[in-house]
Amino acid sequence: MSDAHDTHSPQGGEIVPTGPIADPGLPDHQWRPTDVDPAKEKRAERQVAILFGLSAVSTVAFLVAYFTFDIGDNWDVIGGFGASTMALGLTLGLALLFIGVGVIHWARKLMADHEISELRHPARSSDDDREVAVQALTDGINESGIGRRPLIRNSLLGAVGLLGLPAIVMLRDLGPLPGKKLYHTIWGSGTKQAPMRIVRDGIWTPILASDLEIGDLVNCQPDALHNPERYGIDPSEVEGVNLQIHKSKASLILLRMNPGDIKPGKAADGSSRANWTVDGIVAYSKICTHVGCPISLNERTTHHLLCPCHQSTFDLADSGRVVFGPAGRPLPQLAISVDDEGYLVAQHDFDEPVGPSFWERDYYER
Amino acid sequence: MRLLNRSAGRLSRHRRGPIAGLLVLVCGLLLTGGMYAAFAPAQADSNQSQEELVKEGRELFLVGCAFCHGQNGEGVLTQGGSQYGPALTDVGSAAVDFQVGTGRMPMAQPGAQAPRKEVVYTKDEIAALSAYVGSLGTGPQIPDAELYSTDGMSQKDVDELVSRGGQIFLANCTACHNFEGSGGAMPRGGFAPKIRGVDSKHIYEAMLTGPQSMDTFSDGNIPPEDKKAVIAYLNELNDAPSYSGFTLGSLGPVSEGIIAWVGGLGILVGFAVWIAAHTTRSSKKKDEAAA
Repeated sequence: MSDAHDTHSPQGGEIVPTGPIADPGLPDHQWRPTDVDPAKEKRAERQVAILFGLSAVSTVAFLVAYFTFDIGDNWDVIGGFGASTMALGLTLGLALLFIGVGVIHWARKLMADHEISELRHPARSSDDDREVAVQALTDGINESGIGRRPLIRNSLLGAVGLLGLPAIVMLRDLGPLPGKKLYHTIWGSGTKQAPMRIVRDGIWTPILASDLEIGDLVNCQPDALHNPERYGIDPSEVEGVNLQIHKSKASLILLRMNPGDIKPGKAADGSSRANWTVDGIVAYSKICTHVGCPISLNERTTHHLLCPCHQSTFDLADSGRVVFGPAGRPLPQLAISVDDEGYLVAQHDFDEPVGPSFWERDYYER
Repeated sequence: MRLLNRSAGRLSRHRRGPIAGLLVLVCGLLLTGGMYAAFAPAQADSNQSQEELVKEGRELFLVGCAFCHGQNGEGVLTQGGSQYGPALTDVGSAAVDFQVGTGRMPMAQPGAQAPRKEVVYTKDEIAALSAYVGSLGTGPQIPDAELYSTDGMSQKDVDELVSRGGQIFLANCTACHNFEGSGGAMPRGGFAPKIRGVDSKHIYEAMLTGPQSMDTFSDGNIPPEDKKAVIAYLNELNDAPSYSGFTLGSLGPVSEGIIAWVGGLGILVGFAVWIAAHTTRSSKKKDEAAA
């Protein structure tokens, strides 16, 4: 008996409403204390006025501070912030803040906050309105006579159409195409009499191979950037923006490791890189092959070079092989030797383009 | 004699006074300390011969270092073949002075990084340890103060040195140690430590010896005069005022970003919550007739 009852809810699901449910409408509006109590209203009014007043005071203080404090020479006042900086920033900031806070307070306490429901209307205009609009447009076209005067119409179309051309022509300024510039660096500008010396970055001194000890890392640049005459290079070629361009391709890191640790790889032409090093000294491009950040975070113990931008890691004992990260290609290695004075020099240019990939990188002969 | 007796009597009257115990204690401590200073063997005695220093260092080494570095500093390999403690035969006394003098050694536990911590050994013990390890083989010696100190140089010379040091620092050090020497992250849980406020001698030794994973900057790599320039630059950085307030650790966009996102956006979110919050409501009805 009871089982049969339990299968149906005691209330039953069968009560069917007899008509549509009445719209309950919005609940009664609840008034704020400031709406019903004149004393509170007065108080809120005063509060808003005080906030605006504080803003005015801050603005005046800003003007006073501007003329009182010297800019720059009292940086150590007020906890190292500088009296001028601190006062100007704080007063102007407070002046704006108090206006904002005052307006919000005003809106929350005093402005009407009755909920209003607005019914939606169809977006389409009435047929009458549409007809009037179309009529106005047609009248305008007729009056301008653009249909009757093809000379004007066509010359206007031509003039406007031609305006598109400058936008296209100016794309030319994105060029000229780099040509073979990306394939070569200034390391290749050494001559037989003066092979390109490797010098310390920043202080521009050449490096004696015998001076370096195992574990040393040197950040290097080509000597030509500091000493172009020696290589018969026009000095203007290594000044200003040209200097930056050369550095961005030629920056080098030099490492001396235990010669037994080095696994010589293959050069681009298939020959061995065995004679690219000098007594365990190896040289690699400093420009990451991923997006071109300069890298010199080296771990002496593992010979791993880490790029700080995206954590690409290269094994400098193993032809710059990528051991981790997004870089797609090994770091280019520079073949080095010593000149007759014992200074480290480049044998020739890198045998592949340095830095990140570009479209035509692998499609053209160098 | 009478005078003595009288003063002894006066003293005796105060022997149970409230400060008598304290006074006796202080006198006793002073006496013990003085006696110790007078009679204890002076360890930093300049007369102590190099041999004695090495001998003392060896004893300290056997107790504190040999477990990882081997009884003769030959290094210890794990069963897997990796290094437990590296060989110290050719690290030189400078490496010991740096590692022990900055508290990195002895390590609290094996790991990716030997962090700087409280120094365990005294100055004399560090000197003995350095002498012993230095005697094991080759390696850089502890630098003389004149190699890194700018004392006695004219301001103009120091300024030139600082400027040159800045160039060298930016080319060689910033990659790992950050543009202001605040340090940075390295692979596999390691980090390049902050090098601000570090003793000049220890910076010099670090360049010479390449502690842990750091590359070395031997005298053939960065000549001594240039090392001094780097140190002068770092000291100048230490003294440089921090314009416009907080440096936020001088870590660049990371700490600045955290402040901007968490602090700046937090304030804006707070305002948004305040603007949209319900205001207090009253249970009273507004008297429409009166309005």
